Order: sequence, then structure tokens, then C-alpha cells
Amino acid sequence: MAERILEVENLTVDIPVGGGMLHAVQGISFHVDKGETLCIVGESGCGKSLTSLAVMDLLPKKAIRGANKLELGGEDILNAGERRMSDIRGNTMGMIFQEPMTSLNPAYTIGNQMEEALKRHRKVSTREARDRAIYLLEKVGITAAESRLSQYPHQLSGGLRQRVMIAMTLMCGPNLIIADEPTTALDVTIQAQILLLLAELQREFEMGLILITHDLGVVARIADRVAVMYAGQVVEQGTADQVFNRPTHPYTQGLLDCIPIPGKTERNKPLGSIPGIVPSLVGPFHACHFAERCQYAFDDCVKGDIDMRPAVEDGHEYRCLLDPETCRANAQKRGVA
Amino acid sequence: MSEAVQDTNAQKPVIADRTIEEPSPAERARKRMFSHVGFMFGTIVLLGILAIAFLAPLISPHDPLDQQLARKLIPPIWHDSPKATWVHPLGTDQFGRDYLSRLIHGSQISLLIGFAAMLISGVIGTAIGVAAGYFGGKVDMVVNFVITTRLSLPVVLVALAVVSLVGNSLWIVIWVLGLLIWDRFAVVMRSTTQQVRNLDYVAAAQAIGCSTPRIIFTEIMPNIVNNLIVVATVEMAHAIILEAALSFLGLGVQPPAPSWGLMIAEGKNHMLFDPWLVGIPGTALFILILSINLLGDGMRDITAPENRN
Amino acid sequence: MSETVISAKDVTRTFMISAGAFKGKKPLHAVNGVSLEVERGEVLALVGESGCGKTTFAKMLLGLLPPTQGTIEFGGKPVADVERLTLAKMVQPIFQDPYSSLNPRKSIGSIITLPLKVQNDPNPATWRRRAEEMMELVGLPPRLFENFPNQLSGGQRQRVAIARALINRPEVVICDEPTSALDVSVQSQILNLLQDLRKELNLTYIVISHNLAVVEHIATRVAVMYLGRIVEQKDTESLFDNPEHPYTKALLESVLTPDPSLDVPDTHLGAAYPNPVDPPSGCTFNPRCARVMDHCSVIEPKKIPSGKGFVQCHLYDENEGRGRAAS
Repeated sequence: MAERILEVENLTVDIPVGGGMLHAVQGISFHVDKGETLCIVGESGCGKSLTSLAVMDLLPKKAIRGANKLELGGEDILNAGERRMSDIRGNTMGMIFQEPMTSLNPAYTIGNQMEEALKRHRKVSTREARDRAIYLLEKVGITAAESRLSQYPHQLSGGLRQRVMIAMTLMCGPNLIIADEPTTALDVTIQAQILLLLAELQREFEMGLILITHDLGVVARIADRVAVMYAGQVVEQGTADQVFNRPTHPYTQGLLDCIPIPGKTERNKPLGSIPGIVPSLVGPFHACHFAERCQYAFDDCVKGDIDMRPAVEDGHEYRCLLDPETCRANAQKRGVA
Repeated sequence: MSEAVQDTNAQKPVIADRTIEEPSPAERARKRMFSHVGFMFGTIVLLGILAIAFLAPLISPHDPLDQQLARKLIPPIWHDSPKATWVHPLGTDQFGRDYLSRLIHGSQISLLIGFAAMLISGVIGTAIGVAAGYFGGKVDMVVNFVITTRLSLPVVLVALAVVSLVGNSLWIVIWVLGLLIWDRFAVVMRSTTQQVRNLDYVAAAQAIGCSTPRIIFTEIMPNIVNNLIVVATVEMAHAIILEAALSFLGLGVQPPAPSWGLMIAEGKNHMLFDPWLVGIPGTALFILILSINLLGDGMRDITAPENRN
Repeated sequence: MSETVISAKDVTRTFMISAGAFKGKKPLHAVNGVSLEVERGEVLALVGESGCGKTTFAKMLLGLLPPTQGTIEFGGKPVADVERLTLAKMVQPIFQDPYSSLNPRKSIGSIITLPLKVQNDPNPATWRRRAEEMMELVGLPPRLFENFPNQLSGGQRQRVAIARALINRPEVVICDEPTSALDVSVQSQILNLLQDLRKELNLTYIVISHNLAVVEHIATRVAVMYLGRIVEQKDTESLFDNPEHPYTKALLESVLTPDPSLDVPDTHLGAAYPNPVDPPSGCTFNPRCARVMDHCSVIEPKKIPSGKGFVQCHLYDENEGRGRAAS
């Protein structure tokens, strides 16, 4: 069995707001193994970014985090202090954000920041740190790496900045990388390059990767396992093959039905759609969160919490009252399986 | 949760409406306003001073200009002095004028000068600032030059020079200040206009065929007016202080008018033995400026919460 | 016989960009000699990476920016000669970000009726009714008439923007990334709505997008732009079935379809997007091209007719590249 890097059990994030308590993340469990890519996919406001921030202990101050278990490489980080967490962040756990400009300091050169990233956590000489920076910049496909070290972030294009960001994250050789929408701000051609790079590096260094995105195309191409989130809950979890080829939860099916796929969706035919909008998560909510927008919903859907249940295959779970066979039939009817 | 519809499965179950109604911008601002301590304090104090200024002839116990040398320099009633009397709760000055009445009438002058000078400078600064921000290019260059020129002039010195040349009266002081302190309006309005101008709704208005004045007045101004109000409060306080300074130097409002600055100037010779002559108008000035600034600060917090830390 | 609504001839737009504190200004050709004809009822897509000039071109079509050179004609009349209000009745935009395209201080009703007001529509009494009809047409409950943009979801805001664009029944709608700021489930709703409205109101769309999956779904014709030029232009089917320009091929490869059996594609577009102030010589795509030839960096390629469109690449040049392309 592969080495477990991250184990999260029943993670919750609550944020007090004007009208009550916003239950932004409601009991999420997942794990990441060595060399594995987990994609958390969902639409805006589903809690996917808060989930990643909660794992890194970088939530906004007023947010309240709770969990049964939060372990990084066997170490309990749920009750770790801020000192310990800042040792872990950037060291064994790397982060890549959507806009690299916000995580790179505009006042320092690339070289300075990369060396600092290593020297903060390891006892190394500037010489060694510099060599590693050059090695990693070359690794992420940056030509003339040595001369780039003396450049400032604003002198680089968006794609190059994201490459630098990735190289910087790798400085300490982390076991786990959390990437929150790393390619959303980039052009499609650059997006493909960055994803390719991430996938290659992850394979080479055998890291765990959590990729958070709303783009199903990205997920399908890069994920080993997928967690689909809706309104603060994971509604379906499984391997990429299971989730994309045998989508079980009506929401997953709806999402796949929504996106135009060249060569597959018929032109000039309307796309599938999910009517309605995401429900507010303020206050207690004991019902299927998707019921209001679900075409298969029935009375029992709103009579209490819905639990995750296993689908036909191993490791494939979903949160719905309909049995797997019915879901399967629905998916086939909608043409998404 | 509400109960599900009892009907068939064809009918979708209804759960309680979980869409939270966002308040409209006006409702939101109102809610924030009442929960902002500084803003409420500033507003209430300022409204109080405004009321005093408007009702001055009715509420002041004496004529502020009535000199009675026989009862000069009576200390305020909290002084442990046999002369202190409830007839003159704040005492009298060296000419025997009732200090409370002078303070009450002085508020009229301070508020008038602050408000009028702010209005004049606001119109000038906003006009050129918005023009520079909206049109950019050459207009922006010219406005920038004008702003830089203005910033290189020391306000007090220029005001002194002008006043000593053309003589001084209340309205001359107002105009001189109004024509001098528009710089902050211009700078702030220019940069905020630049920001708003590049938003898509301005492009949409242009594509609809809106005329330039219409775009400026209906699309841009409503979205920068909160900054305008903040600057206006700051400049009003600024003008009031400048007036006090000019009056103190003898080139502002002329005696015997009861300007607070003038009261401080007249009291300064007696400051050692009768410090309240300076302390009372000074405190009044401090409270007025504080309340205006609290109001402005609060206004910024209320209208632009995203700029708060 | 189809009717040409818009025709752009050799349109160029140059910006003067300062190259540094003491360096003086350099010209940036955001749009560089674009010729294009849009026919009534079609959906023309302009695709390309950011900085390729597609948004600048759209602004010129809207009359918000005059071309530095060349002419844009609407129904045979140069845009420069058309009255502002007349032009506004013919062509309307829909923007990418529904959060910045609606004035936050105005109610939904006054946003949608503004075009009627600006056009001095003779029947003010009917404005509200017409706005509500339009709201229903775009799928907005009319009860939102008095609400403000911050009370609406992203999808609803985009519907407001669409209602505003359509209330004066324009002929052409320019959609600048109409769905890329929206969630997946909302995106499909808006795309469906745009398709329905096109049929119902007989509209012509110019869709600007970098999302080729969306383009493939709604466009009838596609123009691929690179550094201010159109490098390939064809009807959608032949472009997607048989892309000719290496850049078009790379773009198509980088579309990530949700198929877990496929890996992330390698587009071989090594170098980053070039600095538009200092474009490469010859064919501007040559530094990134996988099939670059010696003369690509020297000679500018000409338009070579292909199908119902053209491609601008030396690979398809009879005298210079055809042999190499075949081999």
C-alpha cells in the first residue's frame, strides 16, 4: 500500500456572518497518497478553496475549523501551533495559488526569494541554495535560469511567473503540493504547458498533489482521484475514470452534461443545464443540498441529511438516495456515461 | 426545513427558500451607519453644533458684542472664584463680553467658512479632477501641471498675501480659502475617476450611445461620490483650521466678530493668568474638527468596506 | 445571397507605448491589417490568446475606438460617418465580467431601460413593460426590476447585461468572453440563451473567446488571431476538422476535453507569447512554430485561400512551402 501523505477526516469550516453561521465546509474527508493527484472540483462558493486553506491552517481569522483527524505524514497538524505550521508550510507542504503575483514579493529578485525559501527551513549556504534554485528553474523549463535569478517578478510573463512559483514551491522538496486554480489566470496554451509540467514533476519527485479547480477538462486529464464538491459537501468521490465515465451523483452528471465537448456535443443543440442557483449555507441545513436543482429529487431528499454511500465499484462513493443502478440508467439517458 | 410537497414525485419537493436576500446598497449602508460608533458620535456632535449655530440668536444668553468693562474677565463657573456667576457660565473676556454667547455665535462663522470654502474648492477640484481622469491624455497633463503648481504654493502665506492686498472680510477669507484648497479634491477625484472609467459599465454606456456628460454624471459620479464626501469633510475641517489661523494672525475675520480663531488671538495676552480664555475656544475648535473627521472616517468605512483592513 | 453587415478593410490600430522611463514611445500594433466580413445571421468567433488584439478589434467595431488605419463599414457606411445613436442601435456589446459591466448604483430596471432613454424613445410609458418583457425573454423574473446588481447572482447579472444589449433590437451583438467568468452550470445556461435569442431575434454574433470548446459549439465561422493578425479563417467545421495553421493546431490541442483516458497534451509551443511591441520578423509565429522553415523569419506569409476562408502560412504556399508541407 502506498504511503499516506495527508489524511483528512470530517473537516468543517464555519464562518460567522451577519445573518448567522455560514457552514462553508461540512464534514469533508479525503486522503492523498504518495505520488497521487487528488482533484477537488466544484463551482464557486462550494468550499473547495476554504478546504485547502483549512488544511494549510491559513483560513481567515474569524473562520472556525473543526475536524476529527488532520494528519500530514502521520503527524497531527490539527492541534499544531502556529510555529510548527509555519515550519511545515513551504517545507513539507507547498502551495501554488492562482495569481503568482500575489505570492511573489515584488520587492525582491526571483533568486532572493527562492534562496530564502530554502534557507528558512534548512541549514544551507547561499551557494547551495543558489545551485538548487538554478537546478529547479531549469527543471520547470526556464531557459537561461542563472540570469533569471536577478530578475524581479514583474519582469516575467504570467506563465513564467507560475513556473517560478512552482520551482520555488519545490525548493524544500515537499511531500505534498496544494495548487489552488494554478492555471485559471493563464492562456489555454500556457495552461496546458503548466499542467504538463506539474504532472511530470509530481511523477518525478513522487509528491502528493491536491489540485483545486473548477475546470473539468483539467481534472480529467491530470487527476488520479476526484472529489466533486457541491455546497460545502463532497457529493461524489472516486477515481477519474469512475467519476468521468460512470458519474453517479446527479450533480456530477449535470456538470458533465453542461460543458460543450468538441466532436461530442451536437452543435446548435442546447447544452444540458442545471437550473437554479446554489443554496445559501447560512444556518442549519438538513437535506440534500442539491435537491432543489435536481431533476430526480423526491420527498425523502429533503427529510434529513444524506450520507455518502458506496457505488458499484471499490473506492467510488456518492451522496444520494438513489441507488447506483438508477443513477447509472439516468447517466446513460443523459448521455454522460 | 419546511415539509415537502405532498404531491406526486413528478412535483419537485420544496425546501425552505435558502436564497438569502442581499440588502440593496442603500439598506446595507444604513445598517453599517448605525453600527459605526465613530460615525454616529461625529454625526451627533456635528448636528448639535449645527443646531447651536442655527439657533444662536435664540439660545445665546447675551449679545456677543455687548461690552461691559465693569464685569470684564469673569472666570467660568467651575473656577473657584467669588466672581464666577451663572449669569456668565463661561465667564467674560477682557472687554466684558459674555464668552458663552461669543462661542455660540462663533460656531456660525466656523461652520459657514468651513462649508462655503469646502463647496468652492470641491466644485473646482472635482471638475478638473474628473475631467483629467475621464479624458486622460492632454487634459490630464494640463491638470497635473495645474495641480503641481498649486501644491508648490504655501497656502497660509498666499492667503496672508492676498488678504493683506485686497483687505479682509468674511467673504474674502472664504473665497481665498476656497480657491486655494482644491488640490486634494482634484488628486483624489482624478485617480478614482481613472479607476471607474475603465470598468465595463462605462464602456457599455458608451456603446449604448450615452453622451459624455451623461456618462460622467450618471455612471461615474455616483460611484465616486463616497470618496468625494470623505475629502469634503477633511477639507471642511482644513478650512475651519485655516480660518482660525488667519484670524489668529489678524488677517481673517475682523474684530469684533466672534470667530473662534479671533477669540484665541484676543485671549492670548491673558493666557498666563486666565488660560480659559484660550482653552474654551480651543476646545470648541477641537471638538468641531474631531467630529467632522470622525464623520468623514466613518463615511469611508461605511461606503467602501472593501478598503478596510 | 447572404448580406454583409460589417466589413472591415485592412484595419490597424496602433498604440504608442512608453518603453521605459527615458526611452520615448514605441508603436504597438494591437490590430494589424485585419480584413473581415460578417454576414447577417452568422456567428463569427475571434479566438486567440490574450494580447492578440481581439478585444481591441471589438472596441473598434463598437465605435469606442477609431482605427488608426483602414475602414470599418456597417451596411456599407463607414462607422466614422454613422451617428453615435444610430450605431448604438445597430451593434451592442456583452462583456466578460458581469460584476463590472453593471453600474452597482443603478437598479436593474434603470440599467435595462437606459438604452431606451438614451435613444429618446417616444413612449416612456411603455419602457417598464418592454423592459419586463425583455427580462422574461432572457429568463429573469420581472420582480427583479427594482433590485440592485449586488442582489443578483453572476448568471442573473449576465442576463441583465444581455437584456440591456438587446432592448433596442440591435442587428449585431459583440460578445466578449460572454461565459468565461461564469460557473460551468451557468455557462451552459447563458450559451443556450444566446443561441435561442439568436434564432428568435435574428441576431448576428461576433463572439470573442479563448475557450475553443465554446467556440466550436456556437460559432459558424472562426477567425484565429495571433499578434494582431488573422492567421486562419474558416467555417467552424473545416477549421476543427482540418486545422491548417500550426498555431490553430496548437490551440486545438490545448483544449482539455474531460476524458480521463487522455493525458495533458504537449502543444510544443515552447517560447512564451512574444512582446507585441517588438514582434518577430517575417511570420510573427515563427519562434513558437513546430514546423518553422528557414524563410519563415524573413518573409511575411501571404493569405492563401483554403476552403471558404484562408490561411496565412508558408507551409501552404505553392512556391515556397507546399513541397515541404507534403513531405
